[in-house]
Amino acid sequence: MTKFTIAVYVENKYGVLARVSGLFMRRGFNIDSLTVGQTDDPEYSRITITLSGDDYACEQVINQLKKLVNVKRVKLLDGGNTVERELMILKVNNTPENRNEVMAATQIYRAKIVDYTTDTFCVEVTGEPRKIDAFIELMRPLGIQEMCRTGVVALERGASIMGK
Amino acid sequence: MEKMTGARIVIETLKEQGITTVFGYPGGQVLDIYDELYKAKGEIEHILTAHEQGAAHAADGYARACGEVGVVIATSGPGATNLVTGIATAMLDSVPMVAITGNVPSYMIGKDAFQEVNITGVTLPITKHNYLVSDVSELADTLREAFKIARSGRCGPVLVDIPKDIQLSECEFEKKEARPLISLDEPVDNDILKAVKLINESKKPYIYIGGGAKAAGVSEEIILLAEKIDAPIGCSLMGISVIDESYPGFLGMSGMHGRYASSVAKDEADLIIGIGVRFSDRATPEPEKNENGAKIIQLDADLAEINKNVVTDVGMACDIKSALNEIIKRCKEKKRPKWRSKIEKLKEEERIKREERLKSAENSLIPEKIFEIINKEKDEDSIIATDVGQHQMWTAQFASFEGRGKFITSGGLGTMGYGLGASIGAFAASGKPVVMITGDGSFGMNLTELATAVTYNTSVVIVIMNNGSLGMVKQWQTHFFEGRHSSSVLNRKTDFVKISEGFGARAKAVETAEEFEEAFKEGFKSGGPYVIDVKTDIDELVYPMLSKETAIYDIMPLKEEGKQHD
Repeated sequence: MTKFTIAVYVENKYGVLARVSGLFMRRGFNIDSLTVGQTDDPEYSRITITLSGDDYACEQVINQLKKLVNVKRVKLLDGGNTVERELMILKVNNTPENRNEVMAATQIYRAKIVDYTTDTFCVEVTGEPRKIDAFIELMRPLGIQEMCRTGVVALERGASIMGK
Repeated sequence: MEKMTGARIVIETLKEQGITTVFGYPGGQVLDIYDELYKAKGEIEHILTAHEQGAAHAADGYARACGEVGVVIATSGPGATNLVTGIATAMLDSVPMVAITGNVPSYMIGKDAFQEVNITGVTLPITKHNYLVSDVSELADTLREAFKIARSGRCGPVLVDIPKDIQLSECEFEKKEARPLISLDEPVDNDILKAVKLINESKKPYIYIGGGAKAAGVSEEIILLAEKIDAPIGCSLMGISVIDESYPGFLGMSGMHGRYASSVAKDEADLIIGIGVRFSDRATPEPEKNENGAKIIQLDADLAEINKNVVTDVGMACDIKSALNEIIKRCKEKKRPKWRSKIEKLKEEERIKREERLKSAENSLIPEKIFEIINKEKDEDSIIATDVGQHQMWTAQFASFEGRGKFITSGGLGTMGYGLGASIGAFAASGKPVVMITGDGSFGMNLTELATAVTYNTSVVIVIMNNGSLGMVKQWQTHFFEGRHSSSVLNRKTDFVKISEGFGARAKAVETAEEFEEAFKEGFKSGGPYVIDVKTDIDELVYPMLSKETAIYDIMPLKEEGKQHD
């Protein structure tokens, strides 16, 4: 199993996300994350999909995506040369015993405390999915109340540009 | 520029696309479109079916018979959902179709209004694309785009859902030429070279064609290739009727219920040249065995089919005709006498087996006998449509097609109840008598369309191979469920002759070959729907039979050895 990141340029229209996600359901592909947002051109959105699978699954996903009418371009991002980021907001217990630990971890992970109450912290963390996973494991024994992550957004480094 | 209502724009756009026949069923949310259809009488013929499913199958059969886009119209809610099986059938067999549905007014959408259903959501996975029109100014272009998508590349169904208020609002309409289709890529030179190399090196090549070859219209090219490299031609269910039965190198269908010679040749081949064929699980029961390690070349219009079901050595997603022409031009002319004589021997074995069966059958109506009579009495190039089950496989094995004769069947989805609607559409497209082969199970599903066939005087001979059971289900139960025939023996008291006559069709029940021949002759010439209820043996099984459990070397035997009783 390899992890793949695929970028998809789609028309920014009603129902397009349902078509893309529906395709994954219909073809039985498992996705790890899917994010979508408008691009600099409001006519288009960019979807970033991460999935684990073999080369066969990856080829099928790309070829099936290309068949969707609203999909303009599909690109498999080069794993070694791509900036991948994810954002998480996590709510953890605020107690005299764990306060220092949360603050220290926040500093080391270059995270931010965005909300502080007598009972809870909200911490915002940005980074590669692995870093987010590690931060969650660090917080788990301290009592995670709830959390929310965005899924991966990704862009290739350097001059490589995914045209419309 | 003329100002007109959305409903009128629908009709004007249909005319613009060259559509002369549409199928459908009216209802509350398409009243305005039907009013315009009424006014367009003489330019567009509307064929009213008994059920929307029948209309969808008719549009599908129409498209398969003439290659044009089939158009079906239905109202919102149940009208639209009744199209679903028909649309899915067209999707799985890549048939160009445009389905137009009415919907509740835009401002009511999402409020669970009367007869409201989210049909674009429902048909999302079974259409090539679909649209919900939200502005009358976009209506004409949306329909034009729908036609373009339906007939471009790998064809398929497109649905356009038009809310009532869009049909009523007005906008300016300008007539436009039909849009050019999205053209397919030309083959990549390097792939051609690789394919040619594999062909030149091959000792036992097998040309394997599917529905894509039919869509691409490459019968001549396939024969040119076969002649040049001395290879036999086999096909999938969807590839039947691309090559004439009389062509000596044609082996017919291979696969689960394929013909003996074709399946064995495919298994023994060292190279399979797949043309517009997707190596489906029914055609390739053991993909992981890769056909005895044969190399595979795959030509297809759809990139996503390459490497989907089998791993290919050379996969080309491109214009099939161009690729074939390039391959023919560059490959070496070569005689393969050893392979040729092997093929001839297999064909001869198959022929002898069939002869033996026919001889022992005498006057009884075994499938071989039924098709011997049909092949003799129908026109050489008649269209044959089927439903799904044992009768479909027998048709695939024994019916002969020549020239422009077409085999129209639900291959991918396997839709029981497909055949009668499809026959009505095929007759509307061709104007020539259609032969429909069905079973008592399948026919029971949509026989209400007899009403349509009678109304429009559809010339169709309906041959019901009536064995009183769901034969294919029963066959699987015989083989894989120790003969426990759960819900597959029908024990119905249905009198198909009376029913048919009730609809106004002529009908006859037959029990012997002589009676059948007489009835078929009469039916074929009768000029309207003619139903023949043919009593057949409940224990007749479709052989050969290959499955994951039975490899080619123990291909299931013919009836004598394999017959099992309850």
